[in-house]
Amino acid sequence: MSHSSAHAAHHPALQHHFDTLEQQQNASTLGMWMFLVTEVLFFGGFFMAYILYRWMYNASFHEASHELNVWLGLFNTAVLIGSSLTMALAVRASKTGEKSALVFFLIATLVLGSIFLGVKVVEYSEKFTHHLVPGKHFAFHDANLKNGAEIYFSLYFGMTGLHATHMILGGFVLVPLIVMAMKGRFTPEWYTPIELFGLYWHFVDIVWIFLFPLLYLM
Amino acid sequence: MHDVRTEPAPSASQAPTTPEVHYINATHGAMSWFFTKDHKRIALLYLYAVSAFFLVGGIFAMLIRLELATPRGDLLTAETYNKVFTAHGVVMVFFFLIPVVPTILGNFLVPIMIGAKDLAFPRLNLASWYVYMAGGLFGVAALVSGGVDTGWTFYTPYSTAASNTHVVLTGLGAFIAGFSSIFTGINFIVTIHTMRAPGMTWDRLPLFIWSHYAASLIMILGTPVVAVTLLMVVLERTLGLGFFNPALGGDPVLYQHLFWFYSHPAVYIMVLPAMGVISELVSAFSRKPVFGYKMVAIASLGIALVGFLVWGHHMFTTSQSVLAAMVFSILSFLVAIPSAIKVFNWTATLYRGSVELASPMLYALGFIGLFTIGGLTGLFLAAIGLDIHVHDTYFVVAHFHYVMVGGTVTAYLGGLHFWWPKMTGKLYSEGWAKVAAVLVFVGFNLTFFPQFVLGYLGMPRRYHAYPVEELSWQVLNILSSAGASILGIGFLLPAFYLTYSALKGQPAGPNPWGAYGLEWETTSPPPTANFEVTPIVTKPAYYYAPEEH
Repeated sequence: MSHSSAHAAHHPALQHHFDTLEQQQNASTLGMWMFLVTEVLFFGGFFMAYILYRWMYNASFHEASHELNVWLGLFNTAVLIGSSLTMALAVRASKTGEKSALVFFLIATLVLGSIFLGVKVVEYSEKFTHHLVPGKHFAFHDANLKNGAEIYFSLYFGMTGLHATHMILGGFVLVPLIVMAMKGRFTPEWYTPIELFGLYWHFVDIVWIFLFPLLYLM
Repeated sequence: MHDVRTEPAPSASQAPTTPEVHYINATHGAMSWFFTKDHKRIALLYLYAVSAFFLVGGIFAMLIRLELATPRGDLLTAETYNKVFTAHGVVMVFFFLIPVVPTILGNFLVPIMIGAKDLAFPRLNLASWYVYMAGGLFGVAALVSGGVDTGWTFYTPYSTAASNTHVVLTGLGAFIAGFSSIFTGINFIVTIHTMRAPGMTWDRLPLFIWSHYAASLIMILGTPVVAVTLLMVVLERTLGLGFFNPALGGDPVLYQHLFWFYSHPAVYIMVLPAMGVISELVSAFSRKPVFGYKMVAIASLGIALVGFLVWGHHMFTTSQSVLAAMVFSILSFLVAIPSAIKVFNWTATLYRGSVELASPMLYALGFIGLFTIGGLTGLFLAAIGLDIHVHDTYFVVAHFHYVMVGGTVTAYLGGLHFWWPKMTGKLYSEGWAKVAAVLVFVGFNLTFFPQFVLGYLGMPRRYHAYPVEELSWQVLNILSSAGASILGIGFLLPAFYLTYSALKGQPAGPNPWGAYGLEWETTSPPPTANFEVTPIVTKPAYYYAPEEH
């Protein structure tokens, strides 16, 4: 008989090809970290482009960054850090088995994430009305700086758009996690999905911590 | 010096049997295959899909060789020719060479070789096949709707600002296929880290596992970069965002840096798993442990590491500074060291081994020869002065075909023949397999060796016609086209006798080669959980000569 069936009591979450829950959790955690490494490199392409063009068009980038609303950006930064906090508390609640706290903090994370995206929509629409979207209708007050400014806004939309896509995907994962948490599927013995989603959410948060100063403040 | 095991392995002397229930017949129906989470079945799904793309890419290759058999552009127009060589490149690189060994042989063997029941993430594994197929569909959609003419490198600004072909579809296809590669890489690394059987320590891992580990590192570190680069190209073409377009002040050389940061290491994604196959074959058919096991394992990681630092040698003729070019040149020479360690250690393994020239071994020996030529001509290209002479000529084409086809494809075919009895439980015709191996070797050299000369004489790559007065060019091109026909037959033959063997072949038994390794200790084909009892490993890898240890 197979090795795993030697264990009398099977946890329902233990998959057939693992011997123990601990082995399964180690595999999942390592897998998530590997995935986050790929994410760092994925965003890395944009950061490389930012570094190069910042160096080529320093004045344009400086001028163009004034077109962003620092206060909205700052507000969003606070919202996102807040959501990271609620997510960390959710992980803690799942470890201690506090079901209602877990559900509450997961919902709070989803709400804060949605607020962030809502503010992002406001910011994007401002750019449309001010003709700051790259393409045919792009207009910049200083013609000498127009090329660099257009690249700046290409990077702005590319980087924040990719970041927002990650937020949206995160939201889609959060909803089933909330349902599972309500059904009491997570116990101090097994809460891997919550912990791994926490890692993902913190990563998305950290990317924004880099994007905010690079795009809004410099 | 040591004695070698010459008597057949105990299991081979018993009457070959096929177990009644194994992974192929454990469940029935199309759904049991399309929703399988068994890594072995997923490997077979990949086998069909990747082989189909190989056939498509091969047909485009034959069109190229037909066109170049005469100096005039009489078969294809220049525009069609551009689309044909682009399709050949895109299909072969992204949908055949990169996935072929990891997704077929790796998927099948990585869990078995380390004594695991499956890969760590079986659902992710299945998803990666669907993602690969989705990427392939985008590629096929681009082909049938008119093709793309940028070359497989999608160089900007041509790809973003000038080409009127389906760059977005093709780029998305490669982008999506990249995620399949990332999933596979994550799955392998996590599996090797967390699911080794008791006693399967890091210094007992088969070199096949080490090389897949190293290749997986490249997959997860490099693929995201080309993914985001292709995403930028797509955004630039569709939304008009400016990243590389010089008309908007962008820098096309940035594209090349980002592209080659992945695409040079991608060569090692192809070659490292192939090298892992060769280590297994050379050891099994010499009846000896691989000479310098540790150095070969470390060399895999060394190639992965240094491979990330050499992309600039694709850009000697761009605006890159002379200093940068020199640094990239020196780093490129450095890759030769771990590669040479492997070649020398395989040769040392053969020395005084009881070498058996079975068909997989013929492929392995072919690999060593072809890869050595490919590697040495790589040094020509890493030298700045020589590179400028042969830049974008057929010399380059010949070089990367020696490495990527002469390396990857021969190793893949060797591995496929070696593990075919394990995968199907059936024996194939050894005579036909030997004929095919020889045809591949002869056809390959006849196809690509003349191209070194052509390139040195100055024939540029990607031209659909060449001057009639250059008689030597035509002679060399005809040789090359003739070789391609032989090579094509060499590739087609296995499709027939392997299919025949799967249907009508004799039962292979658990260990037809008398080889050593966990995969030979289970039945052929293996049961769904790979082993009836989780194996406990007590011996080092390649335990062919016990007194050595």
